Amino acid sequence: MITLPPVNWLSLLPSLILTVAGILVLFWDLWMKEEERPLLAWLGLTGLVLTGVVSFGLLGRNESAFNGMLALDSYALFFNLIFCLAAGMTVLMSIDYLETTDIRPGEYYALILFATVGMVLMAAATDLIVIFLGLETMSMAVYVLAGIWRQRLQSNEAALKYFLLGAFASGFFLYGVALVYGATGSVQLGKVAAYVSEYGSSPLLLIGVALLIVGFGFKVAAAPFHVWAPDVYEGAPTTVTAFMAVGVKAAAFAAFARVFLHTLGPIHAQWQGILWILAALTMTVGNVTALVQTNIKRMLAYSSIAHAGYLLVAMVAGQDLGGAALMYYLVAYGLMNLGAFAVVLAVGRKGEPNEEFSDYAGLGFRYPALGMAMTLFMLSLTGVPPLVGFIGKFYIFSAAVKAGYVWLAVIGVLNSAVSAYYYIRVVVNMYMYEGEKVPEFLSARPALATAIILAAVGTVLMGVFPSASIALARASFLSLG
Amino acid sequence: MVPISYHLILSGILFTIGVMGVLLRRNTIIIFMAVELMLNAVNLSFVAFARQLGSMDGQLIVFFVMSVAAAEAAVGLAIILSVFRNRETVNADELNLMRW
Repeated sequence: MITLPPVNWLSLLPSLILTVAGILVLFWDLWMKEEERPLLAWLGLTGLVLTGVVSFGLLGRNESAFNGMLALDSYALFFNLIFCLAAGMTVLMSIDYLETTDIRPGEYYALILFATVGMVLMAAATDLIVIFLGLETMSMAVYVLAGIWRQRLQSNEAALKYFLLGAFASGFFLYGVALVYGATGSVQLGKVAAYVSEYGSSPLLLIGVALLIVGFGFKVAAAPFHVWAPDVYEGAPTTVTAFMAVGVKAAAFAAFARVFLHTLGPIHAQWQGILWILAALTMTVGNVTALVQTNIKRMLAYSSIAHAGYLLVAMVAGQDLGGAALMYYLVAYGLMNLGAFAVVLAVGRKGEPNEEFSDYAGLGFRYPALGMAMTLFMLSLTGVPPLVGFIGKFYIFSAAVKAGYVWLAVIGVLNSAVSAYYYIRVVVNMYMYEGEKVPEFLSARPALATAIILAAVGTVLMGVFPSASIALARASFLSLG
Repeated sequence: MVPISYHLILSGILFTIGVMGVLLRRNTIIIFMAVELMLNAVNLSFVAFARQLGSMDGQLIVFFVMSVAAAEAAVGLAIILSVFRNRETVNADELNLMRW
């Protein structure tokens, strides 16, 4: 008789809750009446909140499951919180947005949940093939989400571009996995780490590592692998853009940092140089190109490329300081970016997305609260104290300086200064110009307002009282061992 | 027995053909086929390494990669189809509503 190996169900709990919630959304959608459909959002949100609470409750555990393929450690659980934040805020923002589009809620919310399952797997995976499967689970759901507004041509085009370049990048990632497997004899991170610390690197391993960097670079939209990002971010429905900019990036960085900072840590001298160049290039390309944008979604896309650059600086710095700074900055970036996208949604109307900078003229007078919130997010993205964006950047750059990468930190600070121009331009547009459009009043949109308030409160509170979340990020990173 | 380097070189050549196909062809369906070729080139590497190392892992991984490729085909062709319905073209150069 075949005895089944013991299964650590607890390690699967977060992804199981999300999967069940996603399936329930799909099935409930079949039977419900048309006017009840918005309820699906609340079911999805319940699943996400539950996953967040469970992940928070499990923090502090450090177990390995499925024969070393999945880990249940604080590192993965901390990232689960980021994913639940990103997906939960996206759902809150979507409730009103979907009514202004032709998107059907059933498959939309189900796909958000399934994409989150992929992210959770990526953060928990301790096996390169499980990372690949998580990556594909997430990516395929997001490919469809990018094109889910089927009647809109830009959405179609965004989905196609994202799909083709995403699949192309997966090919590189997988080739990297194959070469690492050939060089070390295993795809399990634990065994790869043992091999690397005993024998060091070999040419085959290094080619594999370079291909892994290409694969991850595509997913985090690091230059020169960023060309897809502006088009996809602009064309996808705005809520999906927010989800991609925060959730997908966080998931890719979760796996990226686990593989590079932890498993390949012993040969960091071999890959740090490549990441140094990528980080400097990504920050510069993102910020400089953002300067000339006139569409706010496209500007936020380039801004998200620039932020990927700052996160890469944290990867180059490495060790516990860099790792903790990376995790903290992902939370910070998530809060302020989701907030900015929520404001973009609030300004949009049915059939009239209002995404040009000129559409924001006079907004600060017509809707003072909305203007205040947008100002807050833009200042935080620039890195103005005491907001969360400043604290995050401060930790990243100080980690880089402590690790001896002074020039990289200097490039980063200069880039932050450049970024002030385009972020402040939004604020200037809101307060210094008269709007040409006749002021119209917003209909009450409580869910969207809640999302903006949550993001704003988070942006301020985490900036003023950073110590608790930094301590949590640090403890979580140290759980990698 | 054929030495492993032969398999790896063949796999590298196939992968390069796939990459070139993605970069040079303009028909999105051909681009997608080239991506599938890249994945299959990787599969060949996995099998070759599994034989060399005497471990089953590489052969098992191939099944996962094949099922991922199948799922990718389902999603990808659906996306290409929905683009074709609206635009009546699958040429990457004509899909330029937004700058590349």
